[in-house]
Amino acid sequence: MNNRFFKDLTKRNEFYIFLVIIVMGVLIELRSGQFFTPNNIVDLLSALIVPGMFALGAFMVIVSGGVDVSFPALASLSMYATTRILLDVNYQGGVWLPILMSLAFGAILGAFNGVLIATFKLPPMIVTLGTSSVFRGIMQGVLNSKQLAVIPKGMSSFGTAALFVAENPQSGLTSRMPVAFLALVIVLIIVYFFLNHTMYGRGLYAIGGNEVSAHRAGFNVWLIKFLLYVGVGMISALAGMIRASMMTQAHPTNMLGMEMMVIAGVVLGGTAITGGAGTLTGCMLGTILIVMVENSLILLGVPTFWQSFFLGVLIIAGMGISALQVTRASKAKGSVVREVKQ
Amino acid sequence: MLKDNILKVVDIKKSFAGVQALKGVSMEIKAGEVHCLAGENGSGKSTLIKIISGVYTPDSGEIHFGDKVYERLTPIESIRNGVQVIYQDFSIFPNLSVMENLAFNQELANKRRLVNRKRMRQIAEEAVAKINFDIDLDAKVGSLSVANKQLVAICRALMFDAKLIIMDEPTTALTRKEVDALFRIILDLKKQGIATLFVSHKLDEVFEISERFTILRSGEKVITGDTSELDNKKFTYYMTGREFEEEPFVPKNVSEEPVLTVENLGMNGFFKDISFSLHKGEILGITGLLGSGRTELALALFGLQQADTGTITIEGKPVKLNTPQDAIKNGIGYVPEDRLTEGLHLPLSIGENTIAAELDKLSNKLGVFDEEKKKQEINRWVKELAIATPDPNNACSTLSGGNQQRVVLAKWLARDLKVLILNGPTVGVDIGSKYDIHQILRGLAEQGLGIIIISDDIPEIITNCSRIMIMKNGRISAELSAEEADEQTLTRYMM
Repeated sequence: MNNRFFKDLTKRNEFYIFLVIIVMGVLIELRSGQFFTPNNIVDLLSALIVPGMFALGAFMVIVSGGVDVSFPALASLSMYATTRILLDVNYQGGVWLPILMSLAFGAILGAFNGVLIATFKLPPMIVTLGTSSVFRGIMQGVLNSKQLAVIPKGMSSFGTAALFVAENPQSGLTSRMPVAFLALVIVLIIVYFFLNHTMYGRGLYAIGGNEVSAHRAGFNVWLIKFLLYVGVGMISALAGMIRASMMTQAHPTNMLGMEMMVIAGVVLGGTAITGGAGTLTGCMLGTILIVMVENSLILLGVPTFWQSFFLGVLIIAGMGISALQVTRASKAKGSVVREVKQ
Repeated sequence: MLKDNILKVVDIKKSFAGVQALKGVSMEIKAGEVHCLAGENGSGKSTLIKIISGVYTPDSGEIHFGDKVYERLTPIESIRNGVQVIYQDFSIFPNLSVMENLAFNQELANKRRLVNRKRMRQIAEEAVAKINFDIDLDAKVGSLSVANKQLVAICRALMFDAKLIIMDEPTTALTRKEVDALFRIILDLKKQGIATLFVSHKLDEVFEISERFTILRSGEKVITGDTSELDNKKFTYYMTGREFEEEPFVPKNVSEEPVLTVENLGMNGFFKDISFSLHKGEILGITGLLGSGRTELALALFGLQQADTGTITIEGKPVKLNTPQDAIKNGIGYVPEDRLTEGLHLPLSIGENTIAAELDKLSNKLGVFDEEKKKQEINRWVKELAIATPDPNNACSTLSGGNQQRVVLAKWLARDLKVLILNGPTVGVDIGSKYDIHQILRGLAEQGLGIIIISDDIPEIITNCSRIMIMKNGRISAELSAEEADEQTLTRYMM
């Protein structure tokens, strides 16, 4: 039983990602003595909030057999529009209204993706490439976006509020654990419940496995896909709002380009890019690894411009492992030749 | 009446874009019977099934379930009346567990919103118990064998108080043993009073399993009757409207020297010590069970996989076949097992496909096509092989299986070949086209081509080959001349 458990474990991507994370952590620790310090861990978790939320959205889309590259633009637009409107009316209240507003914007923009993909059955990659550009255009053209150095007080005080403060006993450096981390935890719990304990969630996996079969089995494929993009829009917009709050300024473009890194993390965690397979554990571990590479390589003494190099190596290695597993599995079946099927 | 009709369709008509797919078909199915629906490709079998299952609405006609009469039927109504279809692709989720595959339909039908694994497991356990199917409910369906996937689909169908199970060509991808297991299940269902409508164009299966049969041809019902009154000849005639008499193949033009000699060929893990020779004018049959190494041998002879040991000689000259280009250069052609994915570019036109292997010959030194020459060449092959198409510019995907196979052949014959290797040349091809393809192959052999047919269709091998080689566990277990070969002997050497 134990043996089988271990054997199953070694077959899973999550296990290897976890090993890589540990090995990298130990390396950094040996080199700098600063990895396993309370403040560094808190810094990492804090840096995980926004990419982590994006990753949850991207994960669900990939599981359904699609891919979404519009979420950074969607998040930027929802965040920026909310902030601008609230500044214009000189909003002085708490963070709840900004969050609700950005969720509403996210839902509307997500519904736009959803209609194009679910109703008109257009390929998700093309649709989201297009809407990504449209969202950016609205932001820069209609809203004439520029960096807003001041954001409503409710937002900035939420962004800077700390759950607790961690201190490095040796250096005396401190790091605050943002309250916003709770948002990531809450979204993670909701997504977990949705994917594993509702028929809608299982429907996402079913659609990712075989859309025609899902339809024949009685899943409402249209509704599931539409709600998926609405939900992902809301999660992304929330992440955008939190990002602005934590930075205490609204920067219209600095989230753009995050899509590749986020999708890389999701795929690195063992999510099949073809849809239908993947776990939340893997998704989060993959994202943690990416965030670690982005944040901690500097502790290893690696210059920052090597980051993208290492990210690339990680992605290729991650994909390589899963490709290797597929080949091994088919070899184990005794033949590399496909059997007759028509 | 002892046995009531559970289903009766009356004068069903259906046309698509002006093409009449069904021209007034009536048939009935009795409770608990095994009924075979046969017909060539395009005869209207699939359309009829889809009308019974409510996917298509008929233009006119009636569908009776007992006393209930429908002029139009929705899929849900069809299911409520006890009809379940097992599609060729089984409609399964390869990425999910057996349990979820089994339980989804019922959970959705009951409008469940939350997942309850305990309840789903119970549903799945009940489902597999119905046919005593022993399977790990937590296994991913994608990792199961084709036969087990089919059993999952059958179990799922049985959960809805099915009275009639429609199986759309269920045996195409199964081995003989798996077919036997499937037939046992069908008989078991019969005992429980569940009727099976078995769609097939393989006559041995029709004889073996069904009590009654209905044959469609070009959208019309040709005949319904008891299988006991049917024989081979009648079956073929009803299916095609033609009479065939296949004489055993006798080679006429066998060359003195072998065109292809293979000595001690081996590929690690697949086959070993394979030696044989092939003369011009001969048709050599290679048969064996799935996994006996027959396919890998073919791939090695065409350079798609590399043999580790041994030599291949073409007309006395040793050759190295590391890539398909090497094989083509040496005059070897290969028609693959799965023509749809390996042999044809389906979206491209029929014409483009026929000349795909001789593009270099149709272009000038700069690589620009000679359009006139191209057109001539295309027309020559469409005519020579009697490919049934109104226009060679149509996409290959518009052709029936038999005609597609002819296009694959044309592609190769366009080159001057010495050896043509065919892997399962008539898999999924209906009787009429099958006969035509055999005639084409015989004609080619007479013109001096060396042909190798790899097939597990034993009658096909016996009537069309002059020599037969049987493979077992990667080795040649016997070589027989056509006269010595009969089905029992061949099967004995295969097992």
